[in-house]
Amino acid sequence: MALIDLHKREIHCKIVYYGPGRCGKTTNLFYIYNAVAEKYRGKLLTIETKGDRTLFFDLLPINLGKIHGLDIRIQLYTVPGQAHYRATRKLVLKGVDGIVFVADSLRKRREKNIESLLDLRNNLKEYGLTLEEIPLVFQYNKRDLVSVNIPLLTIEELENDLNKELKAPYFEAAAVKGVGVFETLREISKRTVKYVANKYIFAKKTAKAQGGIL
Amino acid sequence: MMVLTSERVKKLKGVLKEQLLSIGVSLAILIDEAGNVIASSGKENGVDTTSLAALAAANFGATAQIAKLLGEEDFSILYHKGKKDNIHFSRIGKEFILVTIFTDETPLGLVRLRVNQISQDLLNLLVEDD
Ligand SMILES: Nc1nc2c(ncn2[C@@H]2O[C@H](COP(=O)(O)OP(=O)(O)OP(=O)(O)O)[C@@H](O)[C@H]2O)c(=O)[nH]1
Ligand SMILES: [Mg+2]
Repeated sequence: MALIDLHKREIHCKIVYYGPGRCGKTTNLFYIYNAVAEKYRGKLLTIETKGDRTLFFDLLPINLGKIHGLDIRIQLYTVPGQAHYRATRKLVLKGVDGIVFVADSLRKRREKNIESLLDLRNNLKEYGLTLEEIPLVFQYNKRDLVSVNIPLLTIEELENDLNKELKAPYFEAAAVKGVGVFETLREISKRTVKYVANKYIFAKKTAKAQGGIL
Repeated sequence: MMVLTSERVKKLKGVLKEQLLSIGVSLAILIDEAGNVIASSGKENGVDTTSLAALAAANFGATAQIAKLLGEEDFSILYHKGKKDNIHFSRIGKEFILVTIFTDETPLGLVRLRVNQISQDLLNLLVEDD
Protein backbone atom coordinates (compact mmCIF):
# COMPACT_ATOMS: atom_id res chain seq x y z
CA MET A 1 0.00 0.00 0.00
CA ALA A 2 1.48 3.27 -1.01
CA LEU A 3 1.86 5.70 1.81
CA ILE A 4 1.84 9.45 1.38
CA ASP A 5 3.34 11.11 4.42
CA LEU A 6 2.63 14.82 4.29
CA HIS A 7 4.47 15.33 7.57
CA LYS A 8 7.83 14.18 6.22
CA ARG A 9 6.73 15.08 2.68
CA GLU A 10 7.45 11.60 1.38
CA ILE A 11 5.70 9.18 -0.90
CA HIS A 12 6.39 5.47 -0.31
CA CYS A 13 5.82 2.84 -2.98
CA LYS A 14 6.44 -0.89 -2.93
CA ILE A 15 7.82 -2.62 -6.02
CA VAL A 16 8.13 -6.40 -6.04
CA TYR A 17 10.45 -8.45 -8.25
CA TYR A 18 8.62 -11.67 -9.05
CA GLY A 19 9.58 -14.72 -11.10
CA PRO A 20 10.61 -18.38 -10.89
CA GLY A 21 13.42 -19.68 -8.69
CA ARG A 22 16.94 -18.70 -9.81
CA CYS A 23 15.76 -16.32 -12.52
CA GLY A 24 17.90 -13.51 -11.07
CA LYS A 25 15.66 -11.38 -8.81
CA THR A 26 18.14 -11.11 -5.95
CA THR A 27 20.91 -10.44 -8.48
CA ASN A 28 18.99 -7.34 -9.65
CA LEU A 29 18.83 -5.96 -6.11
CA PHE A 30 22.50 -6.66 -5.44
CA TYR A 31 23.50 -4.87 -8.59
CA ILE A 32 21.36 -1.85 -7.74
CA TYR A 33 22.69 -1.80 -4.19
CA ASN A 34 26.29 -1.78 -5.36
CA ALA A 35 25.74 0.78 -8.09
CA VAL A 36 23.74 3.40 -6.18
CA ALA A 37 25.50 5.98 -3.98
CA GLU A 38 24.96 5.48 -0.28
CA LYS A 39 22.88 8.58 0.24
CA TYR A 40 20.30 7.34 -2.24
CA ARG A 41 19.77 3.93 -0.69
CA GLY A 42 19.05 2.25 2.63
CA LYS A 43 20.32 -1.05 3.95
CA LEU A 44 19.96 -4.19 1.90
CA LEU A 45 18.07 -6.77 3.90
CA THR A 46 18.13 -10.38 2.75
CA ILE A 47 16.57 -13.45 4.28
CA GLU A 48 18.02 -16.53 2.66
CA THR A 49 18.63 -20.19 3.30
CA LYS A 50 22.10 -21.68 3.64
CA GLY A 51 22.70 -21.48 -0.06
CA ASP A 52 21.82 -18.30 -1.85
CA ARG A 53 18.14 -19.01 -2.29
CA THR A 54 15.76 -16.40 -0.99
CA LEU A 55 13.79 -17.80 1.93
CA PHE A 56 11.43 -14.93 2.65
CA PHE A 57 12.37 -11.75 0.80
CA ASP A 58 15.09 -9.22 0.04
CA LEU A 59 14.46 -5.55 0.63
CA LEU A 60 16.32 -2.54 -0.71
CA PRO A 61 14.97 0.98 -0.02
CA ILE A 62 16.01 3.64 -2.54
CA ASN A 63 15.33 7.36 -2.99
CA LEU A 64 14.35 8.60 -6.39
CA GLY A 65 14.04 12.36 -6.41
CA LYS A 66 10.80 14.28 -6.11
CA ILE A 67 7.26 14.46 -7.41
CA HIS A 68 4.83 17.29 -6.50
CA GLY A 69 7.34 18.36 -3.85
CA LEU A 70 7.30 14.93 -2.19
CA ASP A 71 10.45 12.80 -1.82
CA ILE A 72 10.02 9.49 -3.59
CA ARG A 73 10.98 6.48 -1.46
CA ILE A 74 10.81 3.13 -3.17
CA GLN A 75 11.02 -0.20 -1.43
CA LEU A 76 12.29 -2.92 -3.73
CA TYR A 77 11.33 -6.41 -2.63
CA THR A 78 12.03 -9.83 -4.12
CA VAL A 79 9.97 -12.93 -3.50
CA PRO A 80 11.34 -16.46 -3.04
CA GLY A 81 10.84 -18.02 -6.46
CA GLN A 82 10.83 -21.70 -5.54
CA ALA A 83 7.39 -23.16 -6.14
CA HIS A 84 6.77 -24.34 -2.57
CA TYR A 85 7.07 -20.83 -1.12
CA ARG A 86 3.73 -19.73 -2.49
CA ALA A 87 2.36 -18.59 0.88
CA THR A 88 5.45 -16.47 1.46
CA ARG A 89 5.19 -14.85 -1.96
CA LYS A 90 1.65 -13.87 -1.19
CA LEU A 91 2.74 -12.20 2.05
CA VAL A 92 5.43 -10.21 0.27
CA LEU A 93 2.88 -9.00 -2.28
CA LYS A 94 0.80 -7.36 0.41
CA GLY A 95 0.48 -3.68 -0.42
CA VAL A 96 2.35 -3.96 -3.75
CA ASP A 97 2.23 -0.93 -6.08
CA GLY A 98 4.32 -2.18 -9.01
CA ILE A 99 5.79 -5.43 -10.32
CA VAL A 100 8.85 -6.48 -12.25
CA PHE A 101 8.40 -9.97 -13.63
CA VAL A 102 11.86 -11.44 -14.16
CA ALA A 103 11.74 -14.32 -16.63
CA ASP A 104 14.56 -16.80 -17.10
CA SER A 105 15.71 -17.01 -20.71
CA LEU A 106 16.95 -20.59 -20.32
CA ARG A 107 14.87 -22.76 -22.60
CA LYS A 108 14.52 -25.43 -19.95
CA ARG A 109 12.85 -22.87 -17.64
CA ARG A 110 10.06 -22.13 -20.08
CA GLU A 111 7.32 -23.86 -18.09
CA LYS A 112 8.57 -22.34 -14.82
CA ASN A 113 8.20 -18.84 -16.21
CA ILE A 114 4.64 -19.52 -17.29
CA GLU A 115 3.75 -21.16 -13.97
CA SER A 116 5.23 -18.29 -12.02
CA LEU A 117 3.24 -15.70 -13.95
CA LEU A 118 0.06 -17.66 -13.29
CA ASP A 119 0.98 -17.90 -9.61
CA LEU A 120 1.45 -14.12 -9.58
CA ARG A 121 -1.93 -13.60 -11.17
CA ASN A 122 -3.61 -15.83 -8.58
CA ASN A 123 -1.86 -14.19 -5.66
CA LEU A 124 -2.77 -10.71 -6.87
CA LYS A 125 -6.36 -11.76 -7.25
CA GLU A 126 -6.51 -12.54 -3.55
CA TYR A 127 -5.74 -8.88 -2.91
CA GLY A 128 -8.26 -7.74 -5.49
CA LEU A 129 -5.59 -6.79 -8.03
CA THR A 130 -5.00 -7.78 -11.64
CA LEU A 131 -1.95 -7.88 -13.88
CA GLU A 132 -3.81 -5.68 -16.34
CA GLU A 133 -4.27 -2.91 -13.80
CA ILE A 134 -1.10 -2.85 -11.74
CA PRO A 135 2.09 -1.25 -13.14
CA LEU A 136 4.09 -4.12 -14.65
CA VAL A 137 7.36 -4.52 -16.52
CA PHE A 138 8.96 -7.70 -17.86
CA GLN A 139 12.65 -8.41 -17.69
CA TYR A 140 14.03 -11.20 -19.87
CA ASN A 141 17.16 -12.11 -17.99
CA LYS A 142 20.35 -14.06 -18.68
CA ARG A 143 20.65 -12.85 -22.27
CA ASP A 144 24.45 -13.04 -21.82
CA LEU A 145 24.16 -16.82 -22.19
CA VAL A 146 23.41 -16.39 -25.89
CA SER A 147 27.14 -16.40 -26.49
CA VAL A 148 27.94 -19.66 -24.67
CA ASN A 149 25.81 -22.09 -26.59
CA ILE A 150 23.17 -22.79 -23.94
CA PRO A 151 19.69 -23.20 -25.41
CA LEU A 152 17.80 -19.97 -24.79
CA LEU A 153 14.28 -18.85 -25.52
CA THR A 154 14.07 -16.14 -28.13
CA ILE A 155 12.57 -12.80 -27.21
CA GLU A 156 9.63 -13.59 -29.52
CA GLU A 157 9.00 -16.83 -27.64
CA LEU A 158 9.18 -15.11 -24.25
CA GLU A 159 6.85 -12.36 -25.44
CA ASN A 160 4.46 -14.90 -26.81
CA ASP A 161 4.48 -17.04 -23.66
CA LEU A 162 4.12 -14.24 -21.14
CA ASN A 163 3.31 -10.86 -22.56
CA LYS A 164 1.14 -11.48 -25.59
CA GLU A 165 -2.03 -10.05 -24.14
CA LEU A 166 -0.60 -7.85 -21.41
CA LYS A 167 1.66 -5.91 -23.76
CA ALA A 168 3.68 -4.51 -20.89
CA PRO A 169 7.11 -3.00 -21.59
CA TYR A 170 9.98 -5.47 -21.57
CA PHE A 171 13.73 -5.28 -21.23
CA GLU A 172 16.45 -7.72 -22.16
CA ALA A 173 18.91 -8.10 -19.33
CA ALA A 174 22.01 -9.78 -18.01
CA ALA A 175 21.55 -8.92 -14.36
CA VAL A 176 24.89 -10.40 -13.25
CA LYS A 177 26.59 -7.84 -15.46
CA GLY A 178 24.09 -5.10 -14.73
CA VAL A 179 22.82 -5.00 -18.31
CA GLY A 180 19.20 -3.87 -18.39
CA VAL A 181 18.92 -3.59 -14.61
CA PHE A 182 18.55 0.18 -14.42
CA GLU A 183 16.43 0.36 -17.56
CA THR A 184 13.99 -2.00 -15.87
CA LEU A 185 14.08 -0.11 -12.59
CA ARG A 186 13.60 3.26 -14.25
CA GLU A 187 10.56 2.13 -16.22
CA ILE A 188 8.78 0.39 -13.34
CA SER A 189 9.51 3.28 -10.96
CA LYS A 190 8.16 5.81 -13.41
CA ARG A 191 4.99 3.82 -13.95
CA THR A 192 4.47 3.05 -10.28
CA VAL A 193 4.96 6.60 -9.05
CA LYS A 194 2.63 7.88 -11.75
CA TYR A 195 0.01 5.31 -10.82
CA VAL A 196 0.20 6.16 -7.13
CA ALA A 197 0.29 9.92 -7.72
CA ASN A 198 -2.76 9.70 -9.98
CA LYS A 199 -4.67 7.76 -7.39
CA TYR A 200 -3.72 10.37 -4.82
CA ILE A 201 -4.76 13.32 -6.96
CA PHE A 202 -7.97 11.55 -7.85
CA ALA A 203 -8.66 10.88 -4.17
CA LYS A 204 -8.07 14.54 -3.35
CA LYS A 205 -10.42 15.68 -6.10
CA THR A 206 -13.22 13.35 -5.12
CA ALA A 207 -12.64 14.31 -1.50
CA LYS A 208 -13.24 17.93 -2.42
CA ALA A 209 -16.25 17.05 -4.48
CA GLN A 210 -17.73 15.10 -1.61
CA GLY A 211 -17.02 17.79 0.93
CA GLY A 212 -13.70 16.80 2.44
CA ILE A 213 -13.99 13.10 3.01
CA LEU A 214 -11.01 11.08 1.82
CA MET B 1 -3.28 4.08 -0.47
CA MET B 2 -2.95 5.89 2.80
CA VAL B 3 -2.49 9.62 3.14
CA LEU B 4 -1.07 10.92 6.40
CA THR B 5 -1.47 14.56 7.18
CA SER B 6 1.08 16.30 9.32
CA GLU B 7 -1.51 16.86 11.99
CA ARG B 8 -2.37 13.19 12.13
CA VAL B 9 1.27 12.13 12.40
CA LYS B 10 1.76 14.59 15.24
CA LYS B 11 -1.25 13.24 17.10
CA LEU B 12 -0.05 9.65 16.67
CA LYS B 13 3.45 10.53 17.85
CA GLY B 14 1.90 12.36 20.79
CA VAL B 15 -0.03 9.28 21.91
CA LEU B 16 3.06 7.08 21.61
CA LYS B 17 5.13 9.54 23.58
CA GLU B 18 2.66 10.27 26.35
CA GLN B 19 1.49 6.73 26.88
CA LEU B 20 4.52 4.59 26.10
CA LEU B 21 7.72 6.57 26.42
CA SER B 22 6.40 7.83 29.73
CA ILE B 23 6.52 4.31 31.19
CA GLY B 24 10.07 3.71 29.97
CA VAL B 25 9.51 2.27 26.49
CA SER B 26 12.60 3.31 24.50
CA LEU B 27 11.11 3.14 21.02
CA ALA B 28 7.56 2.76 19.72
CA ILE B 29 6.87 2.34 16.01
CA LEU B 30 3.54 2.15 14.30
CA ILE B 31 3.64 0.31 10.99
CA ASP B 32 1.22 -0.99 8.39
CA GLU B 33 0.95 -4.52 7.08
CA ALA B 34 2.94 -3.69 3.96
CA GLY B 35 5.89 -2.77 6.17
CA ASN B 36 5.70 1.04 6.01
CA VAL B 37 6.63 3.11 9.04
CA ILE B 38 3.66 5.35 9.82
CA ALA B 39 4.86 7.09 12.97
CA SER B 40 7.53 6.49 15.54
CA SER B 41 8.60 7.99 18.81
CA GLY B 42 11.64 7.45 21.00
CA LYS B 43 15.35 6.78 20.63
CA GLU B 44 16.26 5.02 17.42
CA ASN B 45 19.86 4.49 18.59
CA GLY B 46 20.99 3.32 15.20
CA VAL B 47 18.05 0.95 14.79
CA ASP B 48 17.20 0.66 11.11
CA THR B 49 13.45 1.24 11.38
CA THR B 50 12.80 0.52 7.69
CA SER B 51 14.23 -3.01 7.99
CA LEU B 52 12.58 -3.47 11.35
CA ALA B 53 9.18 -2.51 9.95
CA ALA B 54 9.54 -4.86 6.96
CA LEU B 55 10.57 -7.75 9.19
CA ALA B 56 7.88 -7.07 11.77
CA ALA B 57 5.19 -7.00 9.10
CA ALA B 58 6.53 -10.23 7.57
CA ASN B 59 6.77 -11.84 10.98
CA PHE B 60 3.18 -10.93 11.75
CA GLY B 61 2.00 -12.14 8.37
CA ALA B 62 3.80 -15.45 8.80
CA THR B 63 2.39 -15.90 12.28
CA ALA B 64 -1.11 -15.21 11.04
CA GLN B 65 -0.65 -18.00 8.50
CA ILE B 66 0.58 -20.34 11.23
CA ALA B 67 -2.49 -19.46 13.27
CA LYS B 68 -4.64 -20.38 10.31
CA LEU B 69 -2.91 -23.74 9.97
CA LEU B 70 -3.63 -24.41 13.62
CA GLY B 71 -7.21 -23.26 13.31
CA GLU B 72 -6.57 -20.29 15.58
CA GLU B 73 -8.21 -16.99 14.84
CA ASP B 74 -4.90 -15.10 14.99
CA PHE B 75 -2.12 -14.43 17.45
CA SER B 76 -2.70 -10.76 18.06
CA ILE B 77 0.41 -10.31 20.19
CA LEU B 78 4.01 -11.38 19.69
CA TYR B 79 6.76 -10.93 22.21
CA HIS B 80 10.49 -11.61 22.13
CA LYS B 81 12.77 -11.33 25.09
CA GLY B 82 16.44 -10.46 24.68
CA LYS B 83 19.35 -9.97 27.07
CA LYS B 84 19.15 -6.22 26.81
CA ASP B 85 15.99 -5.31 24.94
CA ASN B 86 12.55 -6.79 24.75
CA ILE B 87 10.27 -6.31 21.80
CA HIS B 88 6.52 -6.48 21.76
CA PHE B 89 4.30 -6.50 18.67
CA SER B 90 0.61 -5.91 18.86
CA ARG B 91 -2.03 -5.74 16.19
CA ILE B 92 -3.92 -2.47 15.93
CA GLY B 93 -7.12 -3.12 14.03
CA LYS B 94 -6.75 -5.27 10.96
CA GLU B 95 -4.03 -3.46 9.09
CA PHE B 96 -1.61 -1.97 11.59
CA ILE B 97 1.02 -3.18 14.03
CA LEU B 98 2.47 -1.39 17.02
CA VAL B 99 6.07 -2.30 17.83
CA THR B 100 7.47 -1.39 21.24
CA ILE B 101 11.04 -1.86 22.46
CA PHE B 102 11.85 -1.70 26.15
CA THR B 103 14.32 -3.00 28.74
CA ASP B 104 13.65 -5.15 31.82
CA GLU B 105 13.18 -2.01 33.84
CA THR B 106 9.75 -1.66 32.32
CA PRO B 107 7.46 -4.56 33.26
CA LEU B 108 5.90 -6.41 30.34
CA GLY B 109 2.52 -6.31 32.08
CA LEU B 110 2.55 -2.55 32.11
CA VAL B 111 3.48 -2.36 28.44
CA ARG B 112 0.66 -4.73 27.58
CA LEU B 113 -1.81 -2.75 29.62
CA ARG B 114 -0.86 0.55 28.03
CA VAL B 115 -0.85 -0.88 24.53
CA ASN B 116 -4.32 -2.23 25.15
CA GLN B 117 -5.54 1.08 26.47
CA ILE B 118 -4.30 3.12 23.53
CA SER B 119 -4.99 0.74 20.67
CA GLN B 120 -8.48 2.07 20.06
CA ASP B 121 -7.24 5.68 20.15
CA LEU B 122 -4.52 4.86 17.66
CA LEU B 123 -6.94 3.07 15.41
CA ASN B 124 -9.32 6.01 15.47
CA LEU B 125 -6.51 8.32 14.46
CA LEU B 126 -5.36 5.94 11.73
CA VAL B 127 -8.68 5.45 10.04
CA GLU B 128 -10.29 8.80 10.72
CA ASP B 129 -11.51 10.81 7.77
CA ASP B 130 -9.62 14.01 7.19
N1 LIG C 1 24.52 -16.04 -16.70
C1 LIG C 1 23.71 -15.34 -15.91
N2 LIG C 1 23.46 -15.77 -14.67
C2 LIG C 1 22.64 -15.03 -13.89
C3 LIG C 1 22.05 -13.82 -14.34
N3 LIG C 1 21.29 -13.31 -13.35
C4 LIG C 1 21.41 -14.16 -12.31
N4 LIG C 1 22.22 -15.21 -12.62
C5 LIG C 1 22.62 -16.31 -11.75
O1 LIG C 1 21.49 -17.09 -11.46
C6 LIG C 1 21.58 -17.62 -10.14
C7 LIG C 1 20.33 -17.28 -9.35
O2 LIG C 1 20.25 -15.88 -9.18
P1 LIG C 1 19.41 -15.21 -7.99
O3 LIG C 1 19.43 -13.75 -8.21
O4 LIG C 1 19.85 -15.71 -6.68
O5 LIG C 1 17.97 -15.80 -8.32
P2 LIG C 1 16.58 -15.51 -7.58
O6 LIG C 1 15.62 -15.20 -8.65
O7 LIG C 1 16.76 -14.52 -6.50
O8 LIG C 1 16.25 -16.97 -6.98
P3 LIG C 1 15.30 -17.35 -5.71
O9 LIG C 1 15.76 -16.53 -4.57
O10 LIG C 1 15.45 -18.79 -5.48
O11 LIG C 1 13.89 -17.02 -6.14
C8 LIG C 1 22.84 -17.03 -9.53
O12 LIG C 1 23.86 -17.99 -9.61
C9 LIG C 1 23.12 -15.84 -10.41
O13 LIG C 1 24.50 -15.53 -10.47
C10 LIG C 1 22.37 -13.39 -15.69
O14 LIG C 1 21.92 -12.35 -16.18
N5 LIG C 1 23.18 -14.19 -16.41
MG1 LIG D 1 16.44 -14.57 -4.49
